[in-house]
Amino acid sequence: MKRRDFLKGCMLCGAASSLGLPAKKAWGSGSFEGYSEGMGVLVDLTRCIGCRSCEAACNKEQKLPEPEVPFDDTSVFEEKRRPTEKAYTVVNRYENKGGPVYRKIQCNHCNEPACLTSCFVNAYTKTKEGAVIYNPKVCVGCRNCMIACPFNVPGYSYSSATNPVVKKCIFCYDTRVKYGKPPACVEVCPQEVLTFGHRKDLIKMGHERIRETPDKYVDHIYGEKEVGGTGWLYLSGVPFDKVGFDTTLANEPIISNVKDFLGTVPMVLAIWPALFTGFHLLSTRNKGHDEGHGHDQSKSTREDSDNEKI
Amino acid sequence: MDTGFNWVKPMLLMIALAAIPSVSLGAGLPDRIALDSLKNLYDSVQFNHAGHIRLLKDCAGCHHHTTGNLVEDANCVRCHQNSSETKVVACRGCHAAQPFSAEAQRKKQAEMKLYHQDKPGLKGAYHLNCMGCHQKMGGPTGCKDCHPMNKTGEALYNTGSFAPKKTGKAAKEH
Repeated sequence: MKRRDFLKGCMLCGAASSLGLPAKKAWGSGSFEGYSEGMGVLVDLTRCIGCRSCEAACNKEQKLPEPEVPFDDTSVFEEKRRPTEKAYTVVNRYENKGGPVYRKIQCNHCNEPACLTSCFVNAYTKTKEGAVIYNPKVCVGCRNCMIACPFNVPGYSYSSATNPVVKKCIFCYDTRVKYGKPPACVEVCPQEVLTFGHRKDLIKMGHERIRETPDKYVDHIYGEKEVGGTGWLYLSGVPFDKVGFDTTLANEPIISNVKDFLGTVPMVLAIWPALFTGFHLLSTRNKGHDEGHGHDQSKSTREDSDNEKI
Repeated sequence: MDTGFNWVKPMLLMIALAAIPSVSLGAGLPDRIALDSLKNLYDSVQFNHAGHIRLLKDCAGCHHHTTGNLVEDANCVRCHQNSSETKVVACRGCHAAQPFSAEAQRKKQAEMKLYHQDKPGLKGAYHLNCMGCHQKMGGPTGCKDCHPMNKTGEALYNTGSFAPKKTGKAAKEH
C-alpha cells in the first residue's frame, strides 16, 4: 500500500510540473533592460587622440603594478593589446583612410553580463549604478567568465601561482561610482572622449550627435542593443569592424541562448530523480524477493570465505 | 599756467592708446591668459590670446556665438541668428570644471529639456577647440607641446624621473 501511494505521488508531481512548465519558461526568458538609473559612458572615438591618459589614471586608481613602458610611450600601439591583470584598460590604434583611430578597451558593463551568468560561485554582481563588479574572495579562478565574455575583457592573474583570480575593470565602483563620482579614466580624459552619465540619457545624447553631424559619424551606437545593451556605448566615424569591434554579436543577451534550457534544469533536478526512482521501483516490483534472497546468499558465502581465511 | 598745459592730458591719452597693440580691441581683452586648471599635473599654459586673435581675426572661431561674427553653423543659427554678444565670454563662464560630478549630474537631470545638454566640461572645451584647430592649421598637438609636465604628472604617467627601469626597447632586447 505504501509503495503504491509513493508511485501515485510521483505521477502527480510529474503531471503538475509538466503543466507548470509553460509558465516557468515564460519567466525564464524575460529580459532585463538594465537598471533605469544605471550609469554608463558614451565613448566618442572621433575625439580620441591616443594620449593614453586613461590607462595612466586607471593604473593609479586601481593601484595596478608599474607598467613596462611609460604611459606617454606610443610604441605600444604597434600591436593590438587586450586588458590584462596589470591593465584593466588599454588603448589600441587602428589605421584608417582618414588617419589613425584610437579605441579604448575595458569592461563594457553589460546590462545582462555573460560573465555573471557563467560564474558558478556567484562572484559577479551587477550593481544598480550599472557597474559589473566581482568578489575576488570567492573567485575560484575557473576562467569561465573569460570564455563567456563576448568582448574578451576579463584578465587573469597568471602571475599568481597560489591564488590566481580574474581581474577586470569594475567601473571604479568601490572608490568613485558608488559615491556618484565619475571613473578615473573619464575624469582624466583631456578630449572628453568619455562622457559619464545615466545610460538612457547617453543614448539620447549619442543619437543627437549623429543627427547634428551625420557626416561625422556612422549611424549606430555600439552597445545600445548589442548583447542586450552595454553600459559603455560607442560612437565612431568609421565602420565599427574597422576599429576592432565584433559586429557579428546579436542583440540578444548571451544568457538567452541558454535561458530556456536552464529554466528547465531546476524542474528536471527536482522531478526526474523521484520519477525515475518510481519507474525503477515499479519495474523491479516483482523481482524484489528473489534478488534480496540472492544477495543474502552471496553475502553469507563471502562471510564464510572470510572465516576460512582467519 | 593752467591753460598752457591743457594739451597734456589728451596727448598722454593718445600716447597710451598708441602703445596698446592694434589687435587689442578694448581694455577688457587679455593678451595672455594663464590656463591652470590642470596645474596639479602640468605647468600652467600661458595662452597667447593676442597671437591667436592676430591669427584667426574672428573671435567667434573660438567663442562661438558669445562674441565676434555671427554664427553660420546651421544648428546654432536655429536659436542664435539674432543673438547679441553676451557678457560672459570666458570659456570657464559656460564650461564647468567638474562636468561629471554628482552635483552636475543632478543639475543635468533637472534641465533635461535644455538644448545645450551635451556641453563639454572646461578641460574638454579647451582641448576639443584647441586640438581640433591645431590639427587643421598645423599647430602643436603633443601634450607637452603646450603644457610641460610637473613631478605629479610624471608620477601619473610613469615617465621622466618616474619611468619604469626596464624601458620598452630594453625589455624587447632581453
